[in-house]
Order: sequence, then structure tokens, then C-alpha cells
Amino acid sequence: MTSDKTSNSSNNISDDQRQGFVSSSVAEDHGEGDAHESAPSEAEALLPWYVAGRLRRRDRARVEEALRSDPELARHVELVREELDETIRLNETLGAPSARAMDRLMEAIDAGNGRRKPSIVRVIIGFVGNSIAGLSPRTLAMAASLAAFAIAVEGAGLVGVLTKPAPGISDARHHGAFATIRFTRQANAAEITDFLQNYQATVVDGPRQGGIYRVRVAMTTLAKEELHRIVSRMQHERIVEFVAESESDD
Amino acid sequence: MAMQAPADEVLIGRIARGDRLAMQVLFARHHVRMYRFVLRLLRDEMAAEDVVSDVFLEVWRQASRFEGRSAVSTWLIAIARFKALSVLRRRREDELDEETAESIEEPSDDPHIAVEKLDKGEKLRRCLAALSPEHREIIDLVYYHEKSVEEVAKIVGIPQNTVKTRMFYARKKLGELCRSAGIDRGWP
Repeated sequence: MTSDKTSNSSNNISDDQRQGFVSSSVAEDHGEGDAHESAPSEAEALLPWYVAGRLRRRDRARVEEALRSDPELARHVELVREELDETIRLNETLGAPSARAMDRLMEAIDAGNGRRKPSIVRVIIGFVGNSIAGLSPRTLAMAASLAAFAIAVEGAGLVGVLTKPAPGISDARHHGAFATIRFTRQANAAEITDFLQNYQATVVDGPRQGGIYRVRVAMTTLAKEELHRIVSRMQHERIVEFVAESESDD
Repeated sequence: MAMQAPADEVLIGRIARGDRLAMQVLFARHHVRMYRFVLRLLRDEMAAEDVVSDVFLEVWRQASRFEGRSAVSTWLIAIARFKALSVLRRRREDELDEETAESIEEPSDDPHIAVEKLDKGEKLRRCLAALSPEHREIIDLVYYHEKSVEEVAKIVGIPQNTVKTRMFYARKKLGELCRSAGIDRGWP
């Protein structure tokens, strides 16, 4: 384990954590912008949070008021949305840590806290962790239910029931291809239903903030090219505003 | 089955009492996004995995001291960021520069693909990957990790107004990189 001075960091966020990159290459950031440049308006500065759905009501109202009177600012909303979408795509391709991360953690806990007893729950949690590898923070909430279920199962003494993986769990782990999607504001329920039927897709989570859904596009694992082909087709659908492949670790 | 997932704060309380299952649930819930955040900073999968383990070990040891002044996910990312920066500090400066230079040219699977042949989205992702660590970090925190101004300020340890301006200049830099890559977005 790496050993660094974080013992005081656990009680919320400490001063130790309030430090920047030691090898900063961002000269323009030290003053948060060139002194000769004009600072952004408050509304413009808040646009990323407005699009991400992370503004308080009062700030959101201020931005919306500015958007009504400033067409150029309204155009910037689309730029921000584009940046947000591509940032999600970029992160979705990063995969997930291997089981080694969990093993390393549990070994360290055991080393400091006695012998760890084997637990079926750990197996389930490991499955959940791997299964959600392709999910963005916008789509990870569902995993919590499964994890809670695992705790409840062990608490109820039902471990023996689950010593063999349930078929559904096995399928979810090894068979499935997913995409992250946001429909246009104009899309109605009937159109979305048609869309899902046409692609034989199922919404498995959402909507999260920003109107993002996670859909299963196949019950089996697909070749990367095949998933890419499906997502590319979806991308051209009138009711689809944003769609990205969700990487699987199968 | 309608079962309410325990809140992160509840899990932290259970972890503080030595509940390993709660630890595993918290891990399952947060380890992927944490890994991606750290990987974007370190660009090293093994090192990112180590940081993830270390963060949760820290949580195991310090859970009883969590006071709930910030969301658990914000606390976790702040610890992860601190540990990732520690790793960066340990790297030799020239090694870091070399890796950074390589990674900027790396995003495409096929290095022979000419930039002009990439679609707009791919070009934009290349430009996102080429941002400085500070700009990359704030873009990820806001757009991917959905952190508010207040939460970013807590994680990075800067005033809220600085968060807003840093994000603005990160976007502006992104726009400049895009223009260099042949995408004219009309701003800046």
C-alpha cells in the first residue's frame, strides 16, 4: 500500500488535500486567466453546471434569464452540451479496475484486522462491481440495490441459497451489451417505445441528471464493431440527442 | 423486489463499526468512477488500481471520523485526488513529462489515422485528453462526476469563484485546442 499522510483527511476534506498539481503546466490557470482577458459573466461561468443539472434553483433562474436575452449565450449551451457528451464518452471507455483492487484492499484489511472469513457476499459484490464497469456515475445507482440485496441476503442467513449463481446474475455478468443514451426533448413516449422495440433494447436505468438513460441493446456480449454499428445507427435517429457505447469488461 | 439501498452515510457508520460487508458495498458502488477519475490523472492502470485500494483502506481506518460535512462521494474523490497527487509527486519530473507527451498523442487506437480523418467527436475527445491535468480534472469533475461548484471547491481546495473561472478557462483552452485540430466551434 502506498503510505501517505492522509490520516487527517478522512474527517471530511482536510487542508492536506487542498493542494494542486506539483508539475502544473497550466500557466494561464495560476491567475485563473490572463489579466488582459475579460472575465466571463456569471451566467456564462455557470453554464456547465446549468447543462449538467447541478445548479441551485436561484442560480438556474439567473442563467435562464440571461439565456432569454442573450442569443450568443444560448448558442454556448450547445457547445457545453457537446463537451459534456464527449467527456462522458471519453470516460466510458476507461473500463474498470480488475478484481485485484478489491483483493488488495481485503488483504490489507485482514492484515490489520484479523483473518477475513470467506463470504458469498464478496462474490456477489465482486460480480456487481464488474458488471457495472461500463456505467457512468449517472447510471450507477442501480448497483446499490444489488449490493443492498447482498447484505440483506447474508443478514437473513440465506447464503446457502445463493452458493450457485442465479441464472439472471450469470446472464447480466457475461451476456449483455449496453449504451448510454439521451433522447431529444421533443421525443414522446410512443416514439421512445418504438425506438426501443426497433432496436430490441431495454431501459435498465434512468433517467439520471441530464436525462441520461442506460439501455441494454443485446442480451449477449457483442463484438466491439457490432456494438459500434448499433450505436452509430442510433446516433442518426431523430429522437436521439446523445448516445455512447458503454464498455463492458466481459 | 423493492429494497431500499442503504445510503452512503449509513454504510460509513457500519464501516466504522467494522462491518466488512458495508465496506464491500461502498466499494462496489464507488470504485469504478473513482478508478476512472484517478486513471485520468495518472494514466497508469496499475497505479490507479492501487490508489483505489488505498482510498478504501483509508475509509476503513477513518470511517469513525467522518462527520458528514460533505457527501461521501465527494469525500472519496477528495481522498483519491490527494493520493493520486502523491503518486504524481513521487514520479520523476522527466518521466512525467515523457508520459504526458506520449499520452497526448495516444488517444486514437490507430496512431496512423490522420487527425483530419477523425470525426468531430473523436477530435473533441482527443482535445479533452490533451488538456492539462488541472483542466482535465475540473472538466471531469463537472461533466462526468456531476459535482456542483461547492463540491468541486471542496475536492480541489479552491474558492468557489475560482472553480467557476477555472472551468471557464478549461473550456476556453479546449476551444483553442479544437481550433488547432480543425474544429471551428465559433468560440473562443
